[in-house]
Amino acid sequence: MAEDLFKALADPTRRTILDELTEQSGQTLFEICSRLSMKHQLAISRQGVSQHLAVLEAAGLVETRREGRYKFHDLNTAPLRQITERWPLRDLTGPKESTP
Amino acid sequence: MKIRLTSVFVDDQSKALRFYTEILGFVTKHDVPVGEKDRWLTVVSPDEPEGTELLLEPAGHPAVKTYRDALVMDGVPLAQFAVADVRAEYDRLRGLGVHFTQEPLEMGPVTTAVFDDTCGNLIQIATQPE
Repeated sequence: MAEDLFKALADPTRRTILDELTEQSGQTLFEICSRLSMKHQLAISRQGVSQHLAVLEAAGLVETRREGRYKFHDLNTAPLRQITERWPLRDLTGPKESTP
Repeated sequence: MKIRLTSVFVDDQSKALRFYTEILGFVTKHDVPVGEKDRWLTVVSPDEPEGTELLLEPAGHPAVKTYRDALVMDGVPLAQFAVADVRAEYDRLRGLGVHFTQEPLEMGPVTTAVFDDTCGNLIQIATQPE
């Protein structure tokens, strides 16, 4: 499961898809493709985007939902918790330290 | 060459005519009976009565369902109409009960949105800078 997560996050296009789903959850494949090409100038086929979505889905980061005749993709950030459970964040309360 | 006519397949021509005229605001250009129940049914923009006609074509061919279902599932629009202000049109159509699969989205200079025409298709509206 963790392997799937790290694999999914390793690709910049997949990270961009996650960024766009953060901005607006519940997108069709068409909308995701439009955002990648128009907002990010990523020349990638619809089939390529589908394959990226399949990887994100395998990692649990994207969930699909059928609503009538349409299919939407939603973001699920829950799997990211594995990262902080494995490498806990230091408690930064107390004297203010700025870390670049 | 120029584009005189383009078409969308519709499940029900009468229902489609109501949606395309009463909701979207197009006007009927041709309505001619063809065969037993089908019609040669076209609409045009009131702003361009001599402009491109949109044919509301019966979706009876067995291949149409497979084709359209696959496109609709992925949110792919079959036609794009130009509007002055996508967001204003989105609000107006939403107020009339139209269902959108993509809310207004700014992509550089272009803004688009996608709605269901209730006759089997997704339609995109777009505002482009002059």
